[in-house]
Amino acid sequence: MSGLPPYASFTQKLWYYAFRVICGVVFFFLIAPIIVIVPLSFNAEDFFTFTPEMLALDPDGYSLKHYNDFFTNPDWQQAMWNSIRIAPMATLLSVSFGTLAAIGLSQPHVPFRRALMAILISPMIVPLIISAAGMYFFYSRVGLQGSYWGVVLAHAALGIPFVIITVTATLVGFDRSLTRAAANLGANPVTTFAKVQMPLILPGVISGGLFAFITSFDEVVVVLFVGSAGQKTLPWQMFTGLREQISPTILAVATILVTISAILLATIEILRRRSERLRGMSPG
Amino acid sequence: MTATDSPVLTADGTPLKASLRRALRREKARAFLLVSPLLLFVLMTFIAPIADMLFRSVENGIVHDTIPRTVQALRNWDPGESEVPGDDVFEAFYTDMVFAVERKSHTRLGSRLNYERTGLASLFRKSGRRVGTFDTKDYADAFNMLDPAWNDPATWDMLAESEAASLPHTASAYATWLGVVLADGGDPLEEEPWDVLYAALYSDLMQAPAGGFENPLLDDAQSAATGFEPVSLREQFGAIDEDWLDPQVWRTIQTYAARYTPGYFLNSVDLKLTADGVQYRDEGDRIYILLFGRTLYMSLVITISCILLGYPVAFLLANLPLRTANILMILVLLPFWTSLLVRTSSWKVLLQQQGVINDILVALRIVDDASRLVLINNQTGTIIAMTHILLPFMILPLYSVMKTIPPAYVRAAKSLGATDWTAFWRVYFPNSVPGIGAGSVLVFILAIGYYITPELVGGTRGVFISNRIAYHISSSLNWGLAAALGTILLFAVLILYWTYDKIVGIDNVKLGG
Repeated sequence: MSGLPPYASFTQKLWYYAFRVICGVVFFFLIAPIIVIVPLSFNAEDFFTFTPEMLALDPDGYSLKHYNDFFTNPDWQQAMWNSIRIAPMATLLSVSFGTLAAIGLSQPHVPFRRALMAILISPMIVPLIISAAGMYFFYSRVGLQGSYWGVVLAHAALGIPFVIITVTATLVGFDRSLTRAAANLGANPVTTFAKVQMPLILPGVISGGLFAFITSFDEVVVVLFVGSAGQKTLPWQMFTGLREQISPTILAVATILVTISAILLATIEILRRRSERLRGMSPG
Repeated sequence: MTATDSPVLTADGTPLKASLRRALRREKARAFLLVSPLLLFVLMTFIAPIADMLFRSVENGIVHDTIPRTVQALRNWDPGESEVPGDDVFEAFYTDMVFAVERKSHTRLGSRLNYERTGLASLFRKSGRRVGTFDTKDYADAFNMLDPAWNDPATWDMLAESEAASLPHTASAYATWLGVVLADGGDPLEEEPWDVLYAALYSDLMQAPAGGFENPLLDDAQSAATGFEPVSLREQFGAIDEDWLDPQVWRTIQTYAARYTPGYFLNSVDLKLTADGVQYRDEGDRIYILLFGRTLYMSLVITISCILLGYPVAFLLANLPLRTANILMILVLLPFWTSLLVRTSSWKVLLQQQGVINDILVALRIVDDASRLVLINNQTGTIIAMTHILLPFMILPLYSVMKTIPPAYVRAAKSLGATDWTAFWRVYFPNSVPGIGAGSVLVFILAIGYYITPELVGGTRGVFISNRIAYHISSSLNWGLAAALGTILLFAVLILYWTYDKIVGIDNVKLGG
């Protein structure tokens, strides 16, 4: 598929280009909805479509007023701060518990490994609406419903599978003779972990953490049920905005979130390559 | 060395076998210790909530807890007869209702029973307002006239203890009364005994054999009580609403008296539990089978669209040089990483009647300005938006399977004379089927549990079963039904995951390519 042979027939040529056009259309379908909101968010009017001024590239057709609204509206600001308070705490919990468990799970002899794995991965498997329902029932019983810690614990549980998967994947290539060598040279287990094992698996831990962060940061179903008005996060505010009366400020928020996602994606990609290089695997 | 030789010893003299076994045990224990904090954490924050939901889908303690005496009395009532239950049931129900109203739990019971028989919620609410002003006040007046000691709670306290065997209703009513008064922060010795206690006393006295009491107070009361004008509680309830004289109401209460009920599960599949066994719900109330069917059908349509759109892209990515493929992969991964809400809001904006897509279609004169397409708040909207959202979950597993198909296979087929199509269809495609399977199961599982996107772009006809679960949790407050629907959905997903595990193995789940 890497190029057309010189002897290709007309039908082959036709199909070759038609196939590329089809793929191009699918790529367009994938990316266009995300790209299109970026210019729309600079709309000077409160419309959700391109105004004639915008199409004429007239500077008057563009403005930052929706961004201005996001940064001054107390509802959005409150939501942003709640997101900033909840996501890092949830990430911290999932990463610290998850990394420890991933190290345990990668030992050569783990009792009930499959069952343990199934339980720890389950928050990723169970549909969010079911997790949300269960957590709502149970957290109301124990008085966590509608509290900051309730949301943090729920989000930490949802982020754990991602940490487990990425960190165990990093540990697969880990050379255990390194820890033995460290022990041989007189390091105690804590020093061995801190000086030898941790630096090597750090890329995996960080990308697991980023997955957990984005899970919490983007999560809306669970927080809708487990949280109360005091824990209204950015996605929740967007959800309400979309359901009740849609305001163009949402497009500005969406653009900001797309930028954050793009940065996170780039970070994870760089970490993945670095990790593979460290473990002596070929990049890609 | 043979088995009869002395065992190999380690440096400290223990047999090597035992020493190795101990080391292995220690290693296992250490691994488990490392996992245990997280295991505990997940068990408490996640597994316990799921277990709670499973429990709630069958739990039905509310009837038994709110009106225990009635439940007890109804056991002796034969629902086969189309007659209203006897006075004992009404007496028990009166006692239960008075205390339930005081605890404000009768409206909750009414809403619970209303799921099974419409009208019971308002019946319970209405009766709750009236049950405190029944003619049982006449009993209280008559007993107090007879002996002022009856107005002193201490008398009741003494009798409830010493005569508990001969005054069962009075003793039990007094115990509950004491609890209610104390819970209210009142002093039971200052409180005037309520009418309900006198009614229970009257009923006990009438049932006891004449002259059977040692206590002169009771003996007097019994002989006087025979002269009281009896108050028919059945008529009192009938005066509130004649529904209380409808045997069907009592049959509903009797049917749902058990602590655990299959009722919610039956409701989830459009059936209901009645006194005459399991029946279909009324024609107009049968929505769940339709909703489950629609959820499955739409998830299937979404999965198929994902295969159709994802397969060519995965094929292209797997066969391009690595550098180009990595750049194009960004176009797949960026949507994958973008917030779900962002993608949904973008579709909401694009698909509107005054949105970008309709504007373009009108500008290109494909669609007339007057007849703009309705793309949102219906099934089309849900399918378009969800296909876009789930497409990366199809492309990524397909890509990783296609990467492993050696290009030599297709070349070999072609060198043996196969046309391009034959080489693809007979050689390449069968090798890529595991990828289609993995991607489809993944997309399908994610699709049937989706909530946000159908809620925002689905309107009324494009919603899934999960939207109904959310509705029952936050609006109708029928938590039992929400739990039962959730349980069914959960088991469907678990079965699908089991299949997925068989096809690809859970351990092979890859994130972000």
